[in-house]
Amino acid sequence: MKIDLKQVEDASKDLYIRALKLLPPDIKQGFSRLDKAETDATGKSVLGTMIRNIAVAEATDNLLCQDTGIPIYNVVIGAGIEFDGFALKQAIVKGCERATKEYPFRSSVVHPVTRQNAQTSCGRSIPVINIEFSDALETLSIEMIPKGSGSENNSWLKMAIPADGIDAIKTFVVDCVLDAGGKTCPPTIVGVGVGGTADLCVHLSKVAATRALGTHCDDPEGAKLEAELSAVVNQLGVGAQGLGGDSTSFAVHVETAATHITLNPVAVNMQCHSARRARATFTPAGVAFGF
Amino acid sequence: MAHYIFNMPVSEAEVRALKVNDTVTLQGTLFGIRDATYIHMFDRGRTTHFDMRGHAVIHTAPNVKWTGETEANPSGYASVCVGTTTSARMERFTRPLMEQYGVRITIGKGGLFAASQAAFKDIGGVYLAIIGGAAALETTWIESIEDVDLDDLNPESLWKFRVRDFGPLLVAMDSHGGNLYTEVNKAARDKRAGVLASLGVKS
Repeated sequence: MKIDLKQVEDASKDLYIRALKLLPPDIKQGFSRLDKAETDATGKSVLGTMIRNIAVAEATDNLLCQDTGIPIYNVVIGAGIEFDGFALKQAIVKGCERATKEYPFRSSVVHPVTRQNAQTSCGRSIPVINIEFSDALETLSIEMIPKGSGSENNSWLKMAIPADGIDAIKTFVVDCVLDAGGKTCPPTIVGVGVGGTADLCVHLSKVAATRALGTHCDDPEGAKLEAELSAVVNQLGVGAQGLGGDSTSFAVHVETAATHITLNPVAVNMQCHSARRARATFTPAGVAFGF
Repeated sequence: MAHYIFNMPVSEAEVRALKVNDTVTLQGTLFGIRDATYIHMFDRGRTTHFDMRGHAVIHTAPNVKWTGETEANPSGYASVCVGTTTSARMERFTRPLMEQYGVRITIGKGGLFAASQAAFKDIGGVYLAIIGGAAALETTWIESIEDVDLDDLNPESLWKFRVRDFGPLLVAMDSHGGNLYTEVNKAARDKRAGVLASLGVKS
């Protein structure tokens, strides 16, 4: 299947707007679950406002959150896909720019030194474009994630040592949740990267933080760790918006990679309650939008 | 726990009457400010012609659409989506904003720290918590963008909003030393050892 780059550009534009407006069903279900379990009056009230906001955004066709985020596009290229890689990236950047200017919504992206805003949501190496490959026949998927800064500003890496073991990883995650408090706009998805190199570990924490609720790490050791941490994180009582209660996080997600004999790295990245994402899947039958 | 309706601006006495866990709804004027606005006003010597005495600021950089000046949009901007950003980054600007411009109320999410708490006590001010990420709802409380200053910093301009029934907002830091965030944080840290033990972490 040959990829039509105009279709990619249009989809990249539509995906950004769609992601900003429609919260995925798994996150809505996550809200229902937390709301049922919440025992604190302030926590219950805060969750109620967040749930109301989702309905208002849909009813008024508006953005869920003012933070249009750092745009991230995750591309997965299946088998039998023909494309010009450089042009594909250019098409995504163009779509991202057009979404910002044509809608129009806030460009949240500036040069890191001059702080100049080009008002396009784009800049050096932004949008982030990650490219992976799969064996899915004649399928190209593009996932768009507007990553909010409240949660992104709370990102951590610790190069623990092998002698510290798994205890160092568990302690670090708990301490990050305590340090984040209300700054990350909880309830969050706590993304944990374990292993790899420093940069891979941080990347894995982002993959974990932006994964759908209800999905699990495909490494049994990672799945065990995320189940253990998910079971206790809400006992801390940080609560929705850091104002107390049982709704600190929807879940803790873990992703793992093999690492060096001398390394024991752990990274934490969080996704806020506006856990936005949208997906376009290209097949010979056309383009389908979902989450 | 009392509920107050404030027709802006307000007096020092009205602000000092507020206690943590009270709620407030704002009517009238509200100013929008954040990182770059503060940096330019307090680190780079720029000033504003807005009279902010007795007023409230909210930590925001809204999504707006340029329409040109109309009766409905006196600033030339229509609000598309107005929300709230994390306040923690703006901690060091609370006192100068209150001292130099007479601002009484800061609205944000996630809370502020000791320097702001001291300014609230010394000068008479409060921090009101709004629900971060609930911008679609917050936008319905904005009637119009009346005016804008320092607009070269767009979207981090100094915005003057006209609001109606803006709230209820939770008093999370008051002028008497009350602070919901430090209370919650202390209680959470007290639970740390128990949580780590339940994870099998050896101390």
